[in-house]
Amino acid sequence: MMDGLLDATLAICLPLLAWLVLRTEALSQAVVLFVAFGLFSALGWARLDAPDIALVEAAVGTGLTGALLMHTLSWTEEDSSDVRARARRRPWALLCTVALTALLGWAVLALPVDSQGLGPLIAARQEDSGVEHPVTAVLLNFRGYDTLLEIAVLLVAALGARAVNPRSERPDKEAMEDPLTGELFRMMTPALLLVAGYLVWVGDHGPGGAFQAGAILAGGGVVAILTARMGTPRMSSARVRWALLTGPLMFILVAVAPLVSGGRLLEYPPKHAGTLIFVVEAALTVSIAMVLLMFFPGTRPPRALPEEKP
Amino acid sequence: MSLLDGVAAAFMLAGAGFCLAGTVGVLRFPDVYCRLHALTKVDNLGLGLVVVGLALQSGSWATALKLLLVWLFVLVASAFTCQLIARAALRRGTPAWSGRRES
Repeated sequence: MMDGLLDATLAICLPLLAWLVLRTEALSQAVVLFVAFGLFSALGWARLDAPDIALVEAAVGTGLTGALLMHTLSWTEEDSSDVRARARRRPWALLCTVALTALLGWAVLALPVDSQGLGPLIAARQEDSGVEHPVTAVLLNFRGYDTLLEIAVLLVAALGARAVNPRSERPDKEAMEDPLTGELFRMMTPALLLVAGYLVWVGDHGPGGAFQAGAILAGGGVVAILTARMGTPRMSSARVRWALLTGPLMFILVAVAPLVSGGRLLEYPPKHAGTLIFVVEAALTVSIAMVLLMFFPGTRPPRALPEEKP
Repeated sequence: MSLLDGVAAAFMLAGAGFCLAGTVGVLRFPDVYCRLHALTKVDNLGLGLVVVGLALQSGSWATALKLLLVWLFVLVASAFTCQLIARAALRRGTPAWSGRRES
């Protein structure tokens, strides 16, 4: 009964929130509603027995995207004509949404009815993968090629983000002495590091892994930037470049190594598969955290600062 | 339903009541400082009561401890964000409610 109640609430709230996000006239309200929508969809994924996706949705979709949207908001100066212009575009937005929904619905209906998907196949080969969690087995072993290319795409995205906004800031000496944010930072940092480390470790046998851990670390990084403990990452810094490259380089090294001894690309030796996957995941965590941080280009620009009252 | 279930349900219902009261406070209170007070104080207590109820139902010390940790982190985070928001509002010159009824 209780489960049904929760599911019904989610089923009603998700479309309602999505509609509100589109309908709301003020951008700031839309951003807050979008964060709420993200939280509800994370709950939805958890109810669908997909804890991995729920974790990513909560960390990336809500936490980090929320921070990015809020940050973008502080750079925009909205006036009423913008709101009116958006209102005129609404019929098109509605039409596109309906078309997309119809397409997705058609895709779902086109799926074979009794298909079991890849589940049984993966379960049968689980032992070969070196890890006990099917999602990690697929991402890092059976379809490691996809993940390798994904990381390359993320690197390009980080370059793109920096090309659009090359501005970067150094930590602010004055704000650094603020006792309030300083204490918060000191209390939260060890906990964040512990959670990120735990997520990498747990990826071996449960929901977790490089992406979730990276997103948590990046969230900590955003807090560090906002509390002026850390400047925004600069592309010109060698340390930042190496951090960005750690994951891809380690992955490529592990992928290419079997070629030397006559194996195939991305073929892990069965004995060391688990260890190698852990090493790759740990390296990927560093890179993913760095890439996500590159998207967050610092605090609001000076021109938008509110006037200080005397 | 055992006695434990009953006690747990009572805790959780009390927690839900406090959370509801906090939400009403956010909607009804006159200025940002009062609203922050309602949100952070009452919601923290509400969440604490829910956590106690859930811990009684969890059946293992490890889970109960994790729930308690969640509560502690929320306490820390909300205490600090409350102060930060209030300070930001103060610096921007947001006036505090003077006690008169809004016309």
